[in-house]
Parts: sequence; structure tokens; C-alpha cells
Amino acid sequence: MRALRSMIAGVLMGGLAIASPAVGPALAAGDAPTPPAQNWSFDRIFGTFDLAAAQRGFQVYSEVCSACHSMRLLSYRDLAGIGLTNDQIKAIAAAVTVPQGLDDQGAPKEGPGTPASRFKRPFPNDVAARAGNNGALPPDLSLLSNAFLNGPDYIHGVLTGYADPPAGFTLMDGMNYNKYFIGHQIAMPKPLSDGQVTYADGTTASVEQMSRDVVTFLTWAANPEMVERKQMGVRVILFLLLMTCVTYAVKRKIWADVH
Amino acid sequence: MAGMHKSEIANPVLNWIDSRLPVITMMQKEYGVFPTPKNFNYFWNFGALAMVNLVIMILTGIFLAMNYQPNTELAFDSVQRIMRDVNYGWLIRYVHQNGASMFFIVTYIHIFRGLYYGSYKTPRELLWMLGVVIFLLMMATAFLGYVLPWGQMSYWGATVITNLFSAFPWIGPKIVTLLWGGFSVDNPTLNRFFSLHYLLPFVIVGVVFLHIAALHIVGSNNPLGIDVKGPQDTLPFHPYYTVKDSVGMCVYLMVFAAFVFFAPNYLGDPVNFIPANPLQTPAHIVPEWYFLPFYAILRSVPDKLLGVCLMFGSILLLFILPWLDTSPVRSARFRPIYRILIWVLVACVVVLGFCGARPPEGIWVILSRICTLYYFAHFLVILPILGKLERPLPLPESISQSVMGGGGGGPMPSGAHAKPMEKA
Repeated sequence: MRALRSMIAGVLMGGLAIASPAVGPALAAGDAPTPPAQNWSFDRIFGTFDLAAAQRGFQVYSEVCSACHSMRLLSYRDLAGIGLTNDQIKAIAAAVTVPQGLDDQGAPKEGPGTPASRFKRPFPNDVAARAGNNGALPPDLSLLSNAFLNGPDYIHGVLTGYADPPAGFTLMDGMNYNKYFIGHQIAMPKPLSDGQVTYADGTTASVEQMSRDVVTFLTWAANPEMVERKQMGVRVILFLLLMTCVTYAVKRKIWADVH
Repeated sequence: MAGMHKSEIANPVLNWIDSRLPVITMMQKEYGVFPTPKNFNYFWNFGALAMVNLVIMILTGIFLAMNYQPNTELAFDSVQRIMRDVNYGWLIRYVHQNGASMFFIVTYIHIFRGLYYGSYKTPRELLWMLGVVIFLLMMATAFLGYVLPWGQMSYWGATVITNLFSAFPWIGPKIVTLLWGGFSVDNPTLNRFFSLHYLLPFVIVGVVFLHIAALHIVGSNNPLGIDVKGPQDTLPFHPYYTVKDSVGMCVYLMVFAAFVFFAPNYLGDPVNFIPANPLQTPAHIVPEWYFLPFYAILRSVPDKLLGVCLMFGSILLLFILPWLDTSPVRSARFRPIYRILIWVLVACVVVLGFCGARPPEGIWVILSRICTLYYFAHFLVILPILGKLERPLPLPESISQSVMGGGGGGPMPSGAHAKPMEKA
């Protein structure tokens, strides 16, 4: 009994110790308020990506974000993961021009992209990206959703958090006020406005809707293995649960003559 | 002395091998019939679990190394290639990444078990000291490994921790240059960290072997902390403890799987998803959760050299613990005051963990100072004195008597004072 009690206390202490770093960065985020928590299709143990939303999000990325932001870790073939067909992917890839090594004379060659091509980057390098954006570097979006505590809520908060600065707040030149961005001053001008894209499925393209769609797309892009991972996890845990019961029963039987 | 071992194995092939190299006899002796105290509780699972964890880390690490590029230009993307393009690469990497945290959870419980039941006391001092060596090697390996993905926290964590050595007068800056392979954390640093991260686990395997060898000489401690008096107190390791360890292993794997499959990045810092950038310092540089208590001790004093000495001292202290604790009674069950103070120590370490995650200002500094003070006082002042003052509860006559009689205190008051420890 005493051992059991110490064990439970130990587990609780361990839990506290584990919880501590998760709380840390939340406070470390500085003076910006925590963006409100949203419901996402990919939340929780059985959550999967809403593929229609992810596809709409890809459209928003292609038509809006990709003007400045790269997604260098993704290839066009990866888009099969949000339900695009091979023909659609080939068409999307063929629409961009990518470097294709050297020709017979040793001169650099260009040609249409293939599904194996990486997403076309808007700027050839970071210096060019800064030069084209008033000195600010638009971050690569491949992993952005994982790069903040509660990343999806944070990105949604920033995309929908543009407002007029409160009285007495001095904005630096060329900066924009944002309710949730760390420090409240963001170089990116308000990227989304109502009706900016036309969705093929007839969904109304409000700022809120476009933001939610693009966050779904970005979260998929940062964790393309998530659905497979969770499905495997359910099977693994069920198997281990069964194994625990079996080994515990065997243990009871073997130990029966000792107690 | 030369001549073949007289093997009792029936199978002729195995007998042929065993006569020339008695590994089968050895395994049978050390893991088959090995006499083990019959009263272990589930805390005694954690040594085996740590062993399993070490094997998991080495296996996943070997496959990761096949696809990883230890070059500052390629490292971050090569890890993402493992996550996205290598078959089940995400599984191997998430197991390795969360395996580090699981290793520390298991090891911290294992160390707590040793502290609570007095497993470090004679005749197990060397066994305990080898364990502290393993713990230090684990910390070094974990730190080196965290640098490899070359994210922002990898880079800045490496910068901060390696810079600690510069606090030592004269040789400090030279050590730092040697660690870096240059004058800042850069490609040579990553190269040597990768090399050492691959090497140290095998050093750990070696010391684990010694740890287990020493254990099999002096025998296991047990929850009563009294010596084994004879065969009535023990059970053969197999099948009794192989099956009991298996139960623990299933539960451990379930916790492990819960992290890997459902919250693989929960214990990590989100900033490490941004590639290393030497020109941009993150707002708060925080080590991984398992280093936070030591990080808090480091920052609890304003002097860098003193902070570094306290941090290293907090672990090196464990080497002399067997001689600091003057009580002849091993198990906290029979030490009414120590049983409370050990939980005060645990609480202090947990609070230090919280402090380590916060910026070093305001209440967090005060809390880290109080807890650091208690941590050192616990080992250096309280334990030596407590052993002389505390009146231990009566010890049970023997393990089997206690098990038969039920209840932790034991029915026989005759052993009111601890007997000098005899070798088991």
C-alpha cells in the first residue's frame, strides 16, 4: 500500500516536471496576448485533415502567400497528400519553370516542372527576398505551423489580427499593427481581404475562411505524416493494452505460489 | 587451470559451444536462476526499462545516421528529408527524439528508487558510482544529439552550454575553442558533435555492462533494504522477474507510444523548427526539459564560475553520497524523517525545473535560490547529521518473514537497531 502511494505521488511529480516546459514558452512569448484557441479538423487523437479545406488553403497559398513566401521543403508530388490527382499535380507542376541542369554546351537549362520538382521559390535567395520586401525576410512556410506553441491558433490569430494601432502606440516606418504578432509590429501588410480568391467549390472567401483554410494547408505541410501516424498509434496502443493484460495475467499465475 | 568447461546443456551443438565459451551457462546463472529478493515492487522495473531504452536509441540512431548529413548547410534539411521521404523515417526519428525524453524519465525514476531505498549504501557504493557515470554520459550524449538537427535552439543551446566552460580561469577559453573546433559554433562543431554522439552510446553500453556486473556481485537491494538471509528470501530471476519486467515494459511502451504517435513534439521546443541562424538570437534560450533543474541551479547565482561549479557539483555530489549518508538503515520505510525529506528534495528538483523554464527574474530567482540551497543542504548537511540523530523504526527479521507477515513494518520488534551490513 505504501509503495503504491509513493508510486502515485511519483507519477504526479513526474507529470508536473513534464508539463513545465510546455508552460514555459507560453509565458516566454512576450507581451502579445495568446490567440484564442480554435477548433481544427486535425485536433485530437482521431482528428484528420479536412482535405477540402487543405485544397482551398493550397489555392490561397498559390494565389496570395507564394508571391513572397517559399515552401522549400515541399515537392509538387506531396500534394497527393491533400487529395489532388496525379493529373492535377502534373498540371500544377508544369505551370512553373524550374532549372533543369545543364544543356549540351554546359549552359544552365530551364524547363517545365515535374511532380518531383520542389515548390517554386518566389525569390532566388534570402538577399533578393529582403530586397523585395523592404528589408524584411518572409519566412519559409514549410514548418511554420510547428514553429510556435499552438502554431495553428497563432497563425490564424496573426492572419485575422490586423487592426488599427491603439492610441499612443507608435508604429515604426513600414510596419503594420497586429493584435497577436509578437511585439505587435509586423512587416507583412494585411495579406487577406474578403473575396480575394474565388473558390471552385463555391465557399465564400471571407478572411476568416481563407485563414482557416491556409492554416489547415500549412499544418498538413508541416506534418504530412500525421494521419498515418495517428492511425498507427491507435493500433499500437490497442496492441500494447492487450499485451499488458496478457503479461499481467501470466505474471499473476506465475507469482500465485509465492504470495 | 586450462581445459574445457563442463557444460550441462543437453543440446549437442549448444553443448559444444558452451564447453568452449560458457556464455549459455553464464546467461543461465546471471539471468535464469540468479537469486533475486522476492519482495521487489514495480520500482525495480526501471533498470531493465533503461536498458531497453538504450537499445531502442542505438537501433533508431543507426538508421538515422544513414540518412543524416552532419554539415551546417544540409543538416536541417536532411532531418526533414528523413521525416518526409525516407520510408517510416518519421517513425524512426520520432522514436529517437522522444526516446531521449523517455530515457530521462526512466532514469530519473531509477535514481529516485536508489535514493528512496538507500541502494547506494554499502556494499553497493561502486555500483551506484558507475550509475552516476552513466547518468553523466547520458547527459552529454543527449546534449550532443540535440545539436544535430541544427535548428535555432540546437545552435543557441550549443553556444550557451559550450560557453559555460569559458568560466574556468586560464584553461576555459582553450577548452571552448577545442569544443568548437574554431572560434564559434560552426561546421567543425557539428562534425565533432555528430562523431561523439555516435561514440558515447557505446561507451554507455560498456559502463552499463560494468554496472550490471557489479550488481551481480553484491546482489540487488530491495524495498525493505535488509540483506538477503538465505534461499527463503529469494526467487530465481526467471520466470519471476522476467515476467514482472515484461508487465512494466508493456506499460512503459504505451507511454512511449502515446508521445510518439499523438504528441511527438510536445516535449520539444517549437523554435527548433526554425533553421539555425547565427545572426538572430531566440527570445529565450531554454534547454530540453530534462536539463531544466540543473539550468536553474546554474542561473541561481549571479557569478558565472560559481554557477557552473554548482551545476556540475550538483551531480558530482552523488559520487560521494554513500559516505555523506551516515545512517546504517537503507530503506526510507524505516527512516521516519528521511522519508519526508526525500520528498522535499523531489519537490525542490521539480520546482527547479519550473524555474529553469522561466526567464531568470523576480520570484523565479528567489525560488531557484531556495531550492538550490536545500538541494545542497540535503546532501551535505542534513544527511550526515540525520544519520546520527534519527531513530529508525524496527527492521523486520528477514525478507521472507516480512512477506509472510504482511505489512511494511514487520511483525518482529527484535531488530530494533540496524545490524551492520553483511555482504549478501
